[in-house]
Amino acid sequence: MHIYSSHVLVCSGTTCSSKQSILIIDKLKDGIKRKKLNEKIQVITTSCFGLCTKGPIVVIYPEGAIYSNVTLNDIDEIINEHLVNGRIVKRLLSGDNNENNSYETADFFKKQERIALRNCGVINPEMIEEYIAYDGYQALGKVLTDMTPEQVIDKVLDSGLRGRGGAGFPTGRKWLFAAKAKGDKKYVCCNADEGDPGAFMDRSILEGDPHSIIEAMAIAAYGIGSDQGYIYVRAEYPIAVKRLNIAIKQAKDMGLLGDNIFETDFSFNLELRLGAGAFVCGEETALMTSIEGKRGEPRPRPPFPANKGLFQKPTILNNVETLANIPVIILKGANWFKTIGTKKSPGTKVFAIGGKINNTGLVEIPMGTTLREVIYDIGGGIPNGKKFKAAQTGGPSGGCIPASHLDVPIEYDTLIELGSMMGSGGLIIMDEDNCMVDIAKFFLEFSVDESCGKCPPCRIGTKRMYEILKRITEGKGEVGDIKTLEELSETIQAAALCGLGKSSPNPVLSTLRYFRHEYEEHIINKRCSAGVCKELLDYIIIPSDCKGCTKCIKVCPTKAITGMIKEPHIINQEECIKCGACLEACPFGAIIRK
Amino acid sequence: MGKVNITIDGIDMKVPEDYSVLEAAREVGVDIPTLCYLKDINEIGACRMCLVEIKQARGLQASCVYPVSEGLDIITNSESIRKARKATLELILSNHDRSCLTCNRNNSCELQALSDRLNVRELRYEGEKTLYPLDLKSHSIVRDNNKCILCRRCISMCKNIQTVSVIDTTERGFYSNISSPFDLSLNDVPCISCGQCINVCPVNALREKDDTELVWDAINDKSKHVVVQTAPATRVAIGEEFGLPIGTRCTKNMVGALRRIGFDKVFDTDTGADLTIMEEGTELLHRLNNGGKLPMITSCSPGWVTFCEYNFPEFLDNLSTCKSPMQMFGAVLKTYYAKKTNINPADIIVVAVMPCIAKKAESKRPEMSVNGLADVDHVITTRELAKMIKEAGIDFHTISSDHYDDPMGDASGAGVIFGATGGVMEAAIRTVYEIVTKKPLDNLDIISVRGIKGIKEANVQIGDFTLKAAVASGTGNARKLLEMVKSGEKDYHFIEIMACPGGCVNGGGQPIQSSAVRSKYDLREERAKAIYAEDVKLSVRKSHENKLVQKLYKEFLGEPGGHKSHELLHTHYIDREKYPISQ
Repeated sequence: MHIYSSHVLVCSGTTCSSKQSILIIDKLKDGIKRKKLNEKIQVITTSCFGLCTKGPIVVIYPEGAIYSNVTLNDIDEIINEHLVNGRIVKRLLSGDNNENNSYETADFFKKQERIALRNCGVINPEMIEEYIAYDGYQALGKVLTDMTPEQVIDKVLDSGLRGRGGAGFPTGRKWLFAAKAKGDKKYVCCNADEGDPGAFMDRSILEGDPHSIIEAMAIAAYGIGSDQGYIYVRAEYPIAVKRLNIAIKQAKDMGLLGDNIFETDFSFNLELRLGAGAFVCGEETALMTSIEGKRGEPRPRPPFPANKGLFQKPTILNNVETLANIPVIILKGANWFKTIGTKKSPGTKVFAIGGKINNTGLVEIPMGTTLREVIYDIGGGIPNGKKFKAAQTGGPSGGCIPASHLDVPIEYDTLIELGSMMGSGGLIIMDEDNCMVDIAKFFLEFSVDESCGKCPPCRIGTKRMYEILKRITEGKGEVGDIKTLEELSETIQAAALCGLGKSSPNPVLSTLRYFRHEYEEHIINKRCSAGVCKELLDYIIIPSDCKGCTKCIKVCPTKAITGMIKEPHIINQEECIKCGACLEACPFGAIIRK
Repeated sequence: MGKVNITIDGIDMKVPEDYSVLEAAREVGVDIPTLCYLKDINEIGACRMCLVEIKQARGLQASCVYPVSEGLDIITNSESIRKARKATLELILSNHDRSCLTCNRNNSCELQALSDRLNVRELRYEGEKTLYPLDLKSHSIVRDNNKCILCRRCISMCKNIQTVSVIDTTERGFYSNISSPFDLSLNDVPCISCGQCINVCPVNALREKDDTELVWDAINDKSKHVVVQTAPATRVAIGEEFGLPIGTRCTKNMVGALRRIGFDKVFDTDTGADLTIMEEGTELLHRLNNGGKLPMITSCSPGWVTFCEYNFPEFLDNLSTCKSPMQMFGAVLKTYYAKKTNINPADIIVVAVMPCIAKKAESKRPEMSVNGLADVDHVITTRELAKMIKEAGIDFHTISSDHYDDPMGDASGAGVIFGATGGVMEAAIRTVYEIVTKKPLDNLDIISVRGIKGIKEANVQIGDFTLKAAVASGTGNARKLLEMVKSGEKDYHFIEIMACPGGCVNGGGQPIQSSAVRSKYDLREERAKAIYAEDVKLSVRKSHENKLVQKLYKEFLGEPGGHKSHELLHTHYIDREKYPISQ
């Protein structure tokens, strides 16, 4: 095996590759070859490091230097300075430009514990050899040669692993039900239909470590007695689909999928099914209905999928991140796993942090980490010195957690107590400039758009709630609207057919719980103090600050501003459409939003 | 079947283990409200009206799809159940075209009844309403999505039972709606106009094209001689529209009412049915004796004929060339009857009262005419006739008439049983047997072809020949049967196919019964019983013994299958492309 003195890792995930990281890789390889260093230095195409906001990311070992926002113009300097002369290019370092701020010590990574993301940003996901070099397929080998199916399930049960896709159902129990179910055919399905707005951890794992999912599904199949698996993956994830296809082919070629794996009696085949991007197809029964080739809609349970799932056969469905934990649990043991995280929620959770936060990206933290640590230590705090207002977790099924609960440890049950939920791990940070009624409206609009339409509470109920929220944000709210919202929420929670429908009022209920005064302000005072709901805002010219330069008059699209040169101008509120163009144009800060 | 112990509202009970909670509750007198549920046809738990609490499960559960199991403890009436049901119903109503007073289903609407039952007196959740254009292009069906509540019974019927599959859910969420492929009109897709979707629609989202005004106009036009013919199945169902029990024979009331409405003559399509047996029986014997295409398949049911044209064009040569009884009778009325009564055929308006809406489309087929005159001018359904009777102020219960009009009124029992699945086969056997063996048939009741089973088979000994026969009702069953014939798994001489499950008694133009009634009674069975009772009562029970038919051949047609017959009573079929690209 060839030994290299330096390794250059470049992310080729969706975010970085959308900023030319593939061309960066080519240019690095070219440049290194021209310097005749290609025997010493290896360029590795990896997947996501998590620091998506600062991509493209290039990491160089042995120094562990993380270069961020790298462009094609930076490549020559990286080669000449770092790789030839051994001097770190400080201006490209991420974080606070500290030379010591390496991959291991950077704040962003320090508090992380990477299990599900263990190989992301480490190996080339398109080379099965690299996965194998990092203990890949060892767990499968172990279960097939050393363990009975019962022992496999016991181990997963014992680890306390809970589903990372949303509801947190114990994975081992799911497997146990399916193992006990009678059936001539059983299926293992992977839910890669990641649909929560802002969540992209599953995509990252599929792009960065596809073999871990394949291995885990084979282990699950062995546990429950299945020989056929399906990965239901969104068609909007082309890189993930491509790499899964490569990985499946490689695994088949190596005899790690197919008949008589590791020369045992165990056979397992795996196929992809591409989803057309309906949020509801992330719901387990809808997903299975979709795989069957029908309109993706939930069906009532019971019968539960463990007994009658895909094609009416016993089926388990696990989320990508859940599965990514399985090989590690098999190899390192349930006890090791339980040392991470909390008692009720062992292990880690990957969060996609977005919104008003400095380090937008993907982080994997032990359960029990507080929101404060995630936001301020890992996420680098709120930009522009703004004040934290709330964190939204759980996507459209979740809720908003206010500042008063920043120190609550993040785990399944605490989040539910707070009126939110873990969900798939979307974490959207909001600051004082966010209007909570508007946020509730945003998430509800998503649920309205994505409702499958099968049951009336979700089909019509969410629509009616959205209509009320829209009225409130337009200054047409009425006393009684809050009560109606609460009534409708209660109906939808009680009567909707599927979990997604039942949880769709959560964004409204949680904002009503913590930010009721904002609703009241909108309805009674017709004001939006965050300055978001534009129908509730007035743009006003402060006469004493106005120099009469007419710049605002020129940009106003509705000719709402009048005034003579060098005399204070006036905005006619009837004509104003609150576009904000005047405020941006005013060189004297004489226009304010109120 | 094993049984399980469950508790409903504190009442302990033992029920069969394949019961749903809804079925179990009905056994202890708890009538849980439903809307999308239709026993055996649409059990999808979508409408959320039948929610109950189950101690062993979280949240409220749809009882129509929740299977019972040992120890299940169920509450069917609580504060949260009542609130959830009522609020959900209000939501449905908030996006429903509530022009109830002028609605075709006023007083027979399941949504209306449920609103009353759940004591909905105000709507708290008004908002945007979806607006859809009406689909008025078909001769038979009108689709009004503004009335639709997305229960999906029609889809289950069209797709799963009939395997016609021309409607399904499209779009999502608030804008999801029932639509045909590419949003085409039902007229432009392979819809067979069986109307089973109408029969299961709880509201007025699907209805027959109302032709009653055309009939009133004809009656009021003094220059026209308006005759009406009534199909066998109408007489055993129309009573339901007037509150009579399912399966009440109302022939006399119906004939009396028709005469009072103002038709110049009231005739019986059963006579046409007798004629059909003469022609079809002759055709069968001809095919058997001359190596003709077998199995021969009946062609009385226009829904079935259209289904065959779209889905099994390879069987078009197997279809009997006979027109349906309604068309045959119309053709005879405009020729023989016109000549006999010395009325200009152009002045004769033939109205047909049918249990069927496909008949509306059938009557409009260009080949269904003689000398440029349509065999049948207007087709109304049993339901439409009931509306006319009501509008005319006729007391259906007291009006009565003993007989259809001369000279076309007398029919045989064989004509009557056309109304039930297996009836055509039975009638044909009664006649073919006697023609071939020249001996009277001992037992006229051919039990093996009766009953509501989807596919029935019979081997009938006719002299030294064994006739292999099969009967299918419902196009889903027809598909199954034909696939078996196609694959060579089955082999028959003669097949009867009716488009509607159970045959014409359950046709798409028959009185609509609610889901609750359909759970309790099998409409097909109850109405068929009345059909067979009518048959037994008649003195002539074989088509070839019908005096009028004998006279018709002697005076006018010559012999069955002869030249004149072919001109008037036979037709041809078209291989139809399902979704022509040129559209």
